[in-house]
Amino acid sequence: MAIDAKPRIKLPKTAAKGELLEVKTLITHPMESGQRKDDKGQPIPRQIINGFVATFNGRQVFKADLYPSLSANPYITFLVKMEESGKFEFAWTDDDGTVYKDVKEITVG
Amino acid sequence: MPNSNPAAGISRRGLLATAGAGVIAAAGTVFLPPPAHATVEAATKFMASLIGNRTPVAGRVKLTMPEIAENGNTVPVAVTVDSPMTDADHVKVIHIMADGNPAPEVASFHLSPANGRAEITTRMRMSTTQNVWAVAEMKDGSVYIDKTEVKVTIGGCGG
Repeated sequence: MAIDAKPRIKLPKTAAKGELLEVKTLITHPMESGQRKDDKGQPIPRQIINGFVATFNGRQVFKADLYPSLSANPYITFLVKMEESGKFEFAWTDDDGTVYKDVKEITVG
Repeated sequence: MPNSNPAAGISRRGLLATAGAGVIAAAGTVFLPPPAHATVEAATKFMASLIGNRTPVAGRVKLTMPEIAENGNTVPVAVTVDSPMTDADHVKVIHIMADGNPAPEVASFHLSPANGRAEITTRMRMSTTQNVWAVAEMKDGSVYIDKTEVKVTIGGCGG
């Protein structure tokens, strides 16, 4: 089932060299756990975001494996020590194989 | 925790608390349907599948969660690990698991020196009052653990 998943990243446009930056990430997604039943008592199949990867200038800086115990609209924050300007790329993988992406550029100086 | 230090001797208070917990547990087995939940054994087994036969020790990793979660659908989780995050000495993975949800696994966060400091936050579901475990695997292979109990008012695993 297609899900209207919207990634959201909170990140400043600029940072000082050596600054520890908090990257706040969220994607709207029900994270259907597979534990629930519909009105007719039939189990609702699991469909979650099972993985998240963040790269900076092509290098992986953070990765997460996610399971049904994670809340709906998975919210994850982590830190990155900024050494150079560049491009963050974020990718969330759905159980159905869809990959949702977002990109953020940042200037370090 | 009843298993904290058996060598410390049995205090009257400890004995009463243990007895009390026993009564509650017994009552639970009478009135509740068989739990379709992970147990401490399942969580331990899951942890072993991740870290092998290495023994996790307390320290360096700190798991911060609310003592009481009113809404089990979204409970804030914060983990910090004391580490210089250099190439030689850094946190490789932080695993989050729980011993009272339908399955023990919650999330695994893979870090690198690029993070500068080992600090993550997220939000998790909790179906009932239980312990949450944060397990940190370091570059040198050592493993650290922290556990915290969260009391859940309304469970968050749907029905």
